[in-house]
Amino acid sequence: MARITMREAISQALMEEMDRDAAVFIIGEEVGVWGGTYAVTKGFYDKYGPRRVKDTPIAENAIIGAAIGAALVGQRPVAELMTINFAFAAMDYVVNQAPKLHYMFGGQFTVPMVIRAVGGGGRQLGATHSQTPDAIFAHFPGLKVVSPGTPADAKGLLKSAIRSNDPVLFIEHATMYQVRGDVPDEEYLIPIGESKIQRPGKDVTIVTYCKGLELSMKAAEELAKEGVEAEIVDLRTLRPLDMGPVLESFMKTNRAVVVEEGWRSYGVGAEVASRIYEDAFDYVDAPILRVAQKEVPLPYNRVLEQSALPQVPDIVAAVKEVMK
Amino acid sequence: MAETITMPKLGFDMAEGTLVRWVKQEGERISKGDVLAEIETDKATVEVESHASGVVLRLLVNQGDVVPVSSPIAVIGEAGEKVQEAVKAEPDAGPNGDDGKQKIQGADGGPRKTQATVSEASSARADLRLAAPPVESGPVKASPLAKKMAEERNISLASVAGTGPGGRVVRRDIEAALAASAPAASAASPMLPAATAPMPSFGPIPHEDLTIPLTKLRQIIARRMTESKTSAPHFYVTHEYKMDAALDLRTQVNALLPEEQKTSLNDFVVKAAALTLREFPNLNASFVGDHVLRHGAVNIGVAVAVEGGLLTVVCVDADQKPLRQIAVEVKGMVARAREGKVRPDDIEGSTFSISNLGMYDVENFSAIINPPEAAILAVGSAREVPVVEDGALKVGQRMKATISVDHRVSDGVEAAQFMQALAKYLEEPLRLLV
Repeated sequence: MARITMREAISQALMEEMDRDAAVFIIGEEVGVWGGTYAVTKGFYDKYGPRRVKDTPIAENAIIGAAIGAALVGQRPVAELMTINFAFAAMDYVVNQAPKLHYMFGGQFTVPMVIRAVGGGGRQLGATHSQTPDAIFAHFPGLKVVSPGTPADAKGLLKSAIRSNDPVLFIEHATMYQVRGDVPDEEYLIPIGESKIQRPGKDVTIVTYCKGLELSMKAAEELAKEGVEAEIVDLRTLRPLDMGPVLESFMKTNRAVVVEEGWRSYGVGAEVASRIYEDAFDYVDAPILRVAQKEVPLPYNRVLEQSALPQVPDIVAAVKEVMK
Repeated sequence: MAETITMPKLGFDMAEGTLVRWVKQEGERISKGDVLAEIETDKATVEVESHASGVVLRLLVNQGDVVPVSSPIAVIGEAGEKVQEAVKAEPDAGPNGDDGKQKIQGADGGPRKTQATVSEASSARADLRLAAPPVESGPVKASPLAKKMAEERNISLASVAGTGPGGRVVRRDIEAALAASAPAASAASPMLPAATAPMPSFGPIPHEDLTIPLTKLRQIIARRMTESKTSAPHFYVTHEYKMDAALDLRTQVNALLPEEQKTSLNDFVVKAAALTLREFPNLNASFVGDHVLRHGAVNIGVAVAVEGGLLTVVCVDADQKPLRQIAVEVKGMVARAREGKVRPDDIEGSTFSISNLGMYDVENFSAIINPPEAAILAVGSAREVPVVEDGALKVGQRMKATISVDHRVSDGVEAAQFMQALAKYLEEPLRLLV
């Protein structure tokens, strides 16, 4: 078991899959010669050459469109979007073509592609480059949406995503590349669509994913000092959403807070809370609360940016509220 | 023509009432005099009777809503009749209405959506509702989990005090209720071991702390007594009364009366206090901010112990009623109070209260004023004691009583004079009969 960074874990997953399957290739802005905006593909260009590590113009619709075309003819492209915000420039391909081709053509085609996209705020990238629009993409049937919160999950899930015959949007967080975690030395896969208990507890359920996991773990430590044992369920995949562990946990604790970095309205928290109400109504002992980003375009100013993003004290306060 | 039922005013100081439970639901048939709802005032939970017959067209407020006196709460008319927009109620928010959170907590807290017409009130729907009478535990604000637990364990939600936000009954309240009932059942047996039981062990006796949730009555008592003791500066005057004549008279009177009309010593005190108050109108009063309100009627409240607390039943115009009528009325109200079936009239409008612990061999005690009254009389036991009369020691019947008075309204001398004047009636009780 090695303790490595999120960046290394993602890098390892890519490399292992490229070594395993010659159909896997990388396409995106600055992924080749430069080694990736977040240095995830550093060294790949030298190792695999320009045919398998393709630098592109600044044209996201071209990147995703090319990837879809390659996938349709049997390749396994991993397209990188420098930020998930650029997916809007390729929106038709991301939500209207990739997820629906298999369906529209009666199953004649599959689209085995991965879109790696960097999301999240906190790096002072301004309102248009700091968003967490995960829920938008998770809205569309046909597109799998994965967003891990630990290096081990990132590696195992990315390898599964590359092997999936469906298009997968793999969302990484811009502030989490340096996060370290234990990653198994031997090869492993983590199935897409499985939530996981990341911290056992008995008093309250915190449902979260990605950056929210990091914050929730810290909040849980603070709460533990006050005698509140929070159980943290990491969704890991937003579509298909695995509510099993969430419901199991909730039926035990009867109280829940959903933590996400995106905006509250129409968000992941709304979806999770609603499903709990639908499937575990008789176990509800307090209204389920959501911790999310303030409903403003994310400010550039560091102080304002941090105050708009969900923080550990927000989670602690929400948990205390549902524990009333 | 549809008729509007409003929140009744049950006492001159009642400003609002909480609608605890709808007994009739929309679409149900109701006759004049039927109980429509239960409301909770500062003092107790009482039933509201309908003054109209017909079909309940519209319930205008939610259970749990606090409703100002005279605000419309329901509309009764003929099936299918249109309800005027005019009667649309604007109920206050819930008990904690100032907390904005109430609004987002869902259907329970928010005002009921009132439409302009109820033409869709079809008879089919009415039949459906009749077929499924309201569940006893329905009205109380409780989490879904608490509701389910209460149902499974056969607990009435109404009997559980909620400690969640806005008084919501939550899991811990049900657990506390279960915990409170379990030890009570098991605690009785170890004290009374069966003859064949082994010798009791002398090991440590477990004593656990128990959390007893406040019942609604307990909450009301807590609030009103705190209000009284913190806002009304009390002073106390104690007097001892010669009760020999009163006890003799009571024996004579009761010998003439059927069982249900027999008088108690307390009835004598009620009548005596009422007559004395006619002479001391300043003690039959209320302190109202910038003035003192002297009540025209002398309505004597009598404190009654009920399960989990006490209520004050009210003998209206006690100064004008024969002793026998006082006895019958008080007896009836006490019985209803103990059965939890008090009527609004039973408990509203008292102007002076009496608390009598005489049956518990109490020499003397002092009571907290029952707001907004100005005074309360605490009555001890009539006891056989050695007394000195005309320089000789003899045996006499004596009873002590202590009046607690709101110093904002009255002073020590007046209270002492009242206690002295009361002696006139208690010690020469024929005055009570003529």
